[in-house]
Amino acid sequence: MSDATQDGPVLAADGRPLKASLRSALRRQKMRALLLIAPLLIFVLITFIAPIADMLFRSVENGIVSDTLPRTVVALDDWDYGSGEVPDEPVFEALFVDMYDASERKIHTRLGSRLNYEVTGVSSLFRQAGREMEDIGEIYEDQFDALDENWTQGEFWAQFMGDPDWYSEAAGAEDPGPTFVMKEGMDELLPLTAEAYQMFATFAQEEDEDNVATEDPWALVHARLYQDLTAGAGEGYDGFGAEELAAAREAVGDFESTTYKEAFLNVDEDWADLEIWGTIKAYSPNYTPGYFLKAVDAQLTPHGVEAQPDDQAVYVKLFGRTVWMSLTITFMTILLGYPVAFLLAQLPMRQSSMLMILVLLPFWTSLLVRTSAWKVLLQQQGVINDLLVWAGIINDAGRLVMINNQLGTIIAMTHILLPFMILPLYSVMATIPPTYVRAAKSLGATNVTAFRRVYFPQSVPGIGAGSILVFILAIGYYITPALVGGTDGIFISNRIAYHISSSLNWGLAAALGSILLAAVLILYWAYDRIVGIDNVKLG
Amino acid sequence: MTNADTNDGFVVFDRVQKSYDGEILVVKDLNLSIGKGEFLTMLGPSGSGKTTCLMMLAGFETATHGDILLGGQPINNIPPHKRGIGMVFQNYALFPHMTVGENLSFPLEVRKLNKSDREAKVKRALDMVQMGDFINRRPAQMSGGQQQRIALARALVFEPELVLMDEPLGALDKQLREHMQFEITRLAHNLGITTVYVTHDQTEALTMSDRVAVFDDGRIQQLDPPDVLYEEPKNSFVAQFIGENNTLQGVVKEVKGETCIIELDDGEIIDAKPVNVSEVGQRTQVSIRPERVEYNKERLQEGAHTLKAEVLEFIYMGDIFRTRLKVAGNEDFIIKTRNAPDQEKLKPGQMIEIGWMPEDCRALDA
Repeated sequence: MSDATQDGPVLAADGRPLKASLRSALRRQKMRALLLIAPLLIFVLITFIAPIADMLFRSVENGIVSDTLPRTVVALDDWDYGSGEVPDEPVFEALFVDMYDASERKIHTRLGSRLNYEVTGVSSLFRQAGREMEDIGEIYEDQFDALDENWTQGEFWAQFMGDPDWYSEAAGAEDPGPTFVMKEGMDELLPLTAEAYQMFATFAQEEDEDNVATEDPWALVHARLYQDLTAGAGEGYDGFGAEELAAAREAVGDFESTTYKEAFLNVDEDWADLEIWGTIKAYSPNYTPGYFLKAVDAQLTPHGVEAQPDDQAVYVKLFGRTVWMSLTITFMTILLGYPVAFLLAQLPMRQSSMLMILVLLPFWTSLLVRTSAWKVLLQQQGVINDLLVWAGIINDAGRLVMINNQLGTIIAMTHILLPFMILPLYSVMATIPPTYVRAAKSLGATNVTAFRRVYFPQSVPGIGAGSILVFILAIGYYITPALVGGTDGIFISNRIAYHISSSLNWGLAAALGSILLAAVLILYWAYDRIVGIDNVKLG
Repeated sequence: MTNADTNDGFVVFDRVQKSYDGEILVVKDLNLSIGKGEFLTMLGPSGSGKTTCLMMLAGFETATHGDILLGGQPINNIPPHKRGIGMVFQNYALFPHMTVGENLSFPLEVRKLNKSDREAKVKRALDMVQMGDFINRRPAQMSGGQQQRIALARALVFEPELVLMDEPLGALDKQLREHMQFEITRLAHNLGITTVYVTHDQTEALTMSDRVAVFDDGRIQQLDPPDVLYEEPKNSFVAQFIGENNTLQGVVKEVKGETCIIELDDGEIIDAKPVNVSEVGQRTQVSIRPERVEYNKERLQEGAHTLKAEVLEFIYMGDIFRTRLKVAGNEDFIIKTRNAPDQEKLKPGQMIEIGWMPEDCRALDA
């Protein structure tokens, strides 16, 4: 009206732009709404969304290899599985350093079990190697000790490697003492030694909570010192221990030594196994498709992606069975639920409310109770078999097997999910005016034709809504299949539960769960596109 | 104009009663004969039993007692789909999942007509309601008036001899409604089909029908052509229900043949025509149409009784003037006068004298 005749933005009575005025008026309202839902929102975020996101992230997360063996992973960059040769000395040297650290921290076994999912035997290989690392280092530790006892003294090393100011503070301090500070220039003078000593110092202070100033260093440090000195490093040092270092530089030429490759092969021949190295390399990135491949019965091998051997291929079959059984259950609920919903929609209010209560009754009973009731009914010595035997329909020897198989799962789940079919069906049917069927009859259609051509097509959105609901619920069902499914009546979710709580392969569980979630979301999306999610009403 | 008396009765209700709960009769002793080709309207307030009658005729309700005959045959035991009665519903009841063409084709398909016959009939029916271009539309894509036409075409496409309409124009706006009233009567007369039309709108009933059956309390109160119904209501319910009406309460003072004298409750005397009063001393309610009231003495009969009236309100309505008067204690006495050049415009507070021809003032039951 009059506002429209003005140029520019419409103004409110006080001269502010109307839009801004409206926004500020609505802001208070929005804030109020937000405050009202905030407790639930925070609760859901913390206890539900975040753990789920974390869990899903585990399906691709694979930092364990590069975290445990960082140097080995870098050294393996230049190695190619296709060459058919076992990696060279630098890789074994890096593995030695990584493994020494990991075994001190006792995390090498964790990596071992992780890689054991991919190649059997890695677990014991790693556990064994962890035990032997110190022996390899001691070859050098002993020789340095023979040369000068100072080389095995914690105080000497601390003064040799540590910053003087740090040492004066740390000497005599209570465990764990001040944080270790490296003497300036040490990492250039003896780079490998400095790195190893830093590893030791960090471990001693953080894990063991000891004072570095008095703690004897790892044998790893001696091995690295040998490595530095034979490479000609350590020249021109004039600080604490310069004499000892000079003497050691002279002596190392005559030291007995071993290559790390040999040392590892002595520990176990399997370290020459190409598959092991190929697997380590294949799983060295921080993110891996390995779990997802597992979930679809494939495997990431050094040769690339391969199908699992038939005897280990279980998941595709299990997914297939889950989908097939969910479809069967959905179909059964349509078959049983449609007439009930139809009756509900046709009956007068009073009877229909009564019937509705009967439909909803199962909702008020614990799921576990309902499932257990089916166990009682269906088992071989159960009520149904007893009745059939009593009636003479089957003989005592021929009792029907109706539980701990697919039949049991289908029967119990059809019953449990039936209300989820009836309610959306009913809500759609209740909106179909009776005049349509009357009109059809007045136009000459018989009852059957009127139903088939006029009523049924209009109830299809209800079937769609119910089916999608039942199917989504069924595909992720867990308790009922676990209780009445036996071995061939279980669903993919039971397998996920197994990996979460028994085999502890959370990555695989997460991958299986992600696939299931994706399938459900795709279904939901497709349904929303085709039928419109607004049609899903519960009563 | 056809009349039930001259025809043998194409549709006959013979002593029909209907009760839903076994306690209350919704339809009490209905006797009605509808001639072939007649346009009969069942008019009445909601709950008067008119829709129940229609549903019994269509076969969706069964009569508790009595016979309904169609073309001489009792149809009580014939299911609705075999009665061959076209029906137009209040909310059209066009099948939402079918196109217009499919909707119209439906009654022909269930009658097993072949495809070319079906197409020809559908086309003819659509042309009949001038909706030929809409054959591929869905009901949701059309306006109420368009849906109404399609519903009409669907009820006619299988060429029934009887068409029932249950308040078919109730959901349309006033202008469209008036247009469709004309359209429906034209079609019904052109095709010569018998139509039973249910409505609670008295204007619709008056303008469309050959005869109107006024329902109240499960009974037909009056069954007559529209003009008779309007001008000669037989009881006070009909007088009140059809058109606008002024009522005055009184006692019969004197009856002489075609006229009688009524003493109103405040002692004034008026002339009236006795309709269902016969004895002196009987209480009565007299009814006068607003347009039959005169306040120009020259137009009144010699010696006619007049009443004093005070003008309370004058409303200018364009084609007519509507004046509210206080007459014999009744403050809602309305008179309507034509907006003619010489017409006097009354002013509030003015005192006038009003009167009428005795035959326009009907003394009815109290």
